[in-house]
Amino acid sequence: MSWIDLIGFGEQGRGGILLWATCMTLAVTAASLAVGAVLGAVIAAAKLSASRPARWLGDAYTTIFRGAPELLVIYLVYFGGSQAVTAVGKLLNYEGFLGLPSFLAGAVAVGLISGAYQAEVYRGAYQAVARGEIDAARSIGMGTLLRFRRILAPQILRFSLPGLGNVWQLSLKDSTLISVTGLAELMRTSQIAAGSTKQYFLFFVVGGALYLVLTTLSDRIFNFAERRVARSFRNSLGRR
Amino acid sequence: MGFDVAFLWSTFVKLGSAVPMTLGLFAASVSLGALFALGITYCRVSGGLLLSAFGRAYIFVFRGSPLLIQMFLIYYGLGQFPAVRHSLFWPVLRDPFSCAVLALAFCTAGYQAEIMRGGLQAVPAREIEAGRAAGMSGLLLFRRIIAPIAIRQALPAYSTEIILMVKSTALASLVTVWEVTGTAQRLISQTYRTMEVFLVATLIYLLINFIIVRLMSLVEYRLSPHLRERPVTASNGGRQGEVHG
Repeated sequence: MSWIDLIGFGEQGRGGILLWATCMTLAVTAASLAVGAVLGAVIAAAKLSASRPARWLGDAYTTIFRGAPELLVIYLVYFGGSQAVTAVGKLLNYEGFLGLPSFLAGAVAVGLISGAYQAEVYRGAYQAVARGEIDAARSIGMGTLLRFRRILAPQILRFSLPGLGNVWQLSLKDSTLISVTGLAELMRTSQIAAGSTKQYFLFFVVGGALYLVLTTLSDRIFNFAERRVARSFRNSLGRR
Repeated sequence: MGFDVAFLWSTFVKLGSAVPMTLGLFAASVSLGALFALGITYCRVSGGLLLSAFGRAYIFVFRGSPLLIQMFLIYYGLGQFPAVRHSLFWPVLRDPFSCAVLALAFCTAGYQAEIMRGGLQAVPAREIEAGRAAGMSGLLLFRRIIAPIAIRQALPAYSTEIILMVKSTALASLVTVWEVTGTAQRLISQTYRTMEVFLVATLIYLLINFIIVRLMSLVEYRLSPHLRERPVTASNGGRQGEVHG
């Protein structure tokens, strides 16, 4: 069988399953970005807060999850999570091992890492908001929540877009490590296809090419989004 | 969850014995990667159309695809071909350690080349012109004018990159090299004490990173005497700091 049949969409071809796996990679990366957005916002708030213990916790979080190898974090969530689930199962009189679903484990693990990076992105974006605007909002009587919603959030989101693009690219690459939990994303699927056909070189090249497509496309999309967002800044920056 | 100091200590000792492997992977791949990166930077900066296209393509491929798939491609993919198995390179490509080093080096070379190019671009044209006017050319110009400025400019980004490389060595455990993360995984599946092993392993990585950061900032300090205040001597009365604000 020629290599073009192997990666094609015929009966013996792996094309369909590889495309499906590409979607799975996108889905798990998107889920991890969402997990990381929530964590990142909380940690950024902690790092910016006036309370010393909160700042300390925030710093500890970002130091640990940016300093530990990604693979180690995935082991922590996967094995640790499965142990916790098994312990809960024991309480409910279920004997035996319960595994954490690999999609959940992967999204949470990469999300924990992405949260640490996103926290730094949001913190930087918050600091980029002009102090004068916050003072102005305060002086016309806006409360904390209203100020956050009307003044801070819109600008923080805009300022953090380039940083979020970097985090997305990092997470996309980190998502390959979720393959160790058995989730059938692109890395794992390329591995299985390579092993069952003994065409290791072919399938790793194809898998790598699909990752290249993903990173290139996301780069384009983020650049486009940044240009769109920059339109609202043009006036303020141009006519200072 | 109480703290079992004896267990933490024995974990620390076991993981500590894998540190030389992690450091070996790190040192070999960063230096080999720097060598590759020099070549690629040369291609991009001073090469013709073909060389520069090669440099661009290399950087695109190795920065755009995940390290794990590059590593598997080298370790499992190349061994598939009989021609490779019977070639001169087989002793290197058969060995998981050297495959991991190669993959790490190829990958970091893409990133390092971009950092080096950034450093070179930051060298002001005036300085090069001044060097030329003083009669320097070729290697002498590079050694005395371009390299010192470029290295200084590139150093912060370079530190970030090599810190990321420390973390990347963890992937070598997936091609059966027993460095710190691989050993930690084995300990976790033997003892089921995930949290403790994770914390000890993370502590080890943080220590390694801390030492590297300190070393790099030492290098940065040594390379930028011109940014510091002049040492106070009797003749200038120590007013240098006030002048520069």
